[in-house]
Amino acid sequence: MPDKTTVTPSSVAGAGPGQTGSGVDVSAPSVAAASELASMGGVNKPRSLGQDAWRELRARPMFWTAGILLVVLILMAAFPFLFTGADPGHADLRNHYLGDPQWTHLFQEDWFGYNKQGQSVWARTVYGARASVIIGICVTFAVTVLGGFLGMIAGYFGGWWDALLSRLTDIFFGIPLLLGALVLLQAFTHRTVWTVVLGLTVFGWMQIARVMRGAVITQKQADFVTAARALGAGNGRILLKHILPNAIGPVIVVATIALAGYISTEATLSYLGIGLQPPAISWGVDIASAKDVLRDAPHVLLVPSTFLSLTVLAFILLGDAVRDALDPKLR
Amino acid sequence: MGRYVARRLLQMIPVFIGTTLLIFLMVYSLPGDPIAALFGDKAADPATVARLRHEYGLDQPLLVQYWNYLTGLLQGDFGQSFTGRPVADLMADAFPVTIRLALFAFGIEVVLGIALGMLTGLKRGKFIDQLVLVLTLVVISIPVFVLGFLAQFFLGFKWGVITPTVQDSMNLGQLAVPAVVLGALSLAYVTRLTRTTVAENLRADYMRTALAKGLPTRRRIGVHLMRNSLIPVITFLGTDLGMLMGGAIVTEGIFNVQGVGNTLYRAIQTSEGPTVVGIVTVLVLVYLVASLVVDLLYAVLDPRIRYA
Repeated sequence: MPDKTTVTPSSVAGAGPGQTGSGVDVSAPSVAAASELASMGGVNKPRSLGQDAWRELRARPMFWTAGILLVVLILMAAFPFLFTGADPGHADLRNHYLGDPQWTHLFQEDWFGYNKQGQSVWARTVYGARASVIIGICVTFAVTVLGGFLGMIAGYFGGWWDALLSRLTDIFFGIPLLLGALVLLQAFTHRTVWTVVLGLTVFGWMQIARVMRGAVITQKQADFVTAARALGAGNGRILLKHILPNAIGPVIVVATIALAGYISTEATLSYLGIGLQPPAISWGVDIASAKDVLRDAPHVLLVPSTFLSLTVLAFILLGDAVRDALDPKLR
Repeated sequence: MGRYVARRLLQMIPVFIGTTLLIFLMVYSLPGDPIAALFGDKAADPATVARLRHEYGLDQPLLVQYWNYLTGLLQGDFGQSFTGRPVADLMADAFPVTIRLALFAFGIEVVLGIALGMLTGLKRGKFIDQLVLVLTLVVISIPVFVLGFLAQFFLGFKWGVITPTVQDSMNLGQLAVPAVVLGALSLAYVTRLTRTTVAENLRADYMRTALAKGLPTRRRIGVHLMRNSLIPVITFLGTDLGMLMGGAIVTEGIFNVQGVGNTLYRAIQTSEGPTVVGIVTVLVLVYLVASLVVDLLYAVLDPRIRYA
């Protein structure tokens, strides 16, 4: 996940006006001196949005806390076998859920005990990370693309487009995310990670669209847009090369902050039995099945809950850090 | 003012129609036949199924069904659930419970959230500020259903302070813990939002002027600062009341509160179309009215905002 924050703004920077280094012939001595000066922290070189954000971010302990949590989490999602040798699907009823967790057997199969089916709670928790991470990131991406696109059209073209798309946004805003996703997902008898991504995207894009629309409306009156048009640039070029890089900042902020919410909503849906379904391993599913033994074996519920909360916390911290870095006004 | 309200009410109509249509289409284009489900495992008699389908108007095209529903709605008729009970009846049972729960949660959120937000905003950087900030972060990170189970396990099972589930859904004392769980997330948001705006407005010119004029602290903080800081908070609170009622699905499920959330959840699971559409329609109305009230409150709080 730290990849995402650093990659996205810097790819923005690539399109932005701040990019000067790559095209310049560095062998010319004066330019080399200038770039050396800039790398020493000189103020002459204009910094792009991405570079600015990175300078802000790396000075924050919150960012590094979130970063470490996220690296562990991503590793867990990508290579769960690094964390546990146990098979999350393997059920042995001799491993009874009433047996106490062996807290001292660090990272062993039984250090968090077993669930009702005699499966290792630790193994299931490790393997459950994947669904949450994939859904969180994919929904954020899909929502940003869909909402960003609709918001850009509404803001840039205005008039009928704006009226139509803004009413559409209002309509979807009337239905809370969880409620809409519940009703939509109930229609699918067979649900996978991608169905859940679809459900959350359909009812999650509105805020991004509004933010993008506002940002585009502000940017489209800027002089550089008039200049680009005077030079003969078409709508597509103006939108993608001139307006988008300048309007993307607040969108990235909103999207990063929303990511934690999607992970939490996915877990809630799975917990309600209308998200991922039992053969799939997900924290929400495990918490739902653990609630029946809450009284006798609370660890079966508390372990995946703790990991879920830590994941949400990590993404919230990341969102906060990104917001502070990209939007100095909110500080 | 009157003209503004009238215009806003008119603008609500297309949004209301759009939202109900969206829900209606989603609910009724679901696969699975709710009428056949009424027969359970037994084979359904085709003639009876056909008669029932006709009775509920399910044999007509979707848009015609929607039109019939909408015209019924305008006359205050929410239709009949597939179990034969009028949806209005069902809602009359469930809504008083959820309104209590939601208002309870809302009250906690408003009073405690604004108080904590003011406190931390005024003492920015002090220990209490850091403590509350960390606490809000923890609360935001814990999903509602986990928070609910934590409360149920520790307060209910382990320490025996409360009954693990609510026995009497209308009893305010028993609703206290569910209300705290329901409102916790919003409470954290309100606290953070108030803190930010208070800290920001504390540096405003008018605050310095008020101090220079020699106004007492109570007036500076209570009137000058509060009034200006509450605007963004009110915006949040306005959309939140509807959210609380819809978000009660999880909390009501855990604590067995017989409210809208529970009824809605059961209706979704059993493809009870009329009930789902009815409840969501009312929730949408609550949301629309709340956002109108918020906009009108702006004018009260900030005299610079005038609606013509």
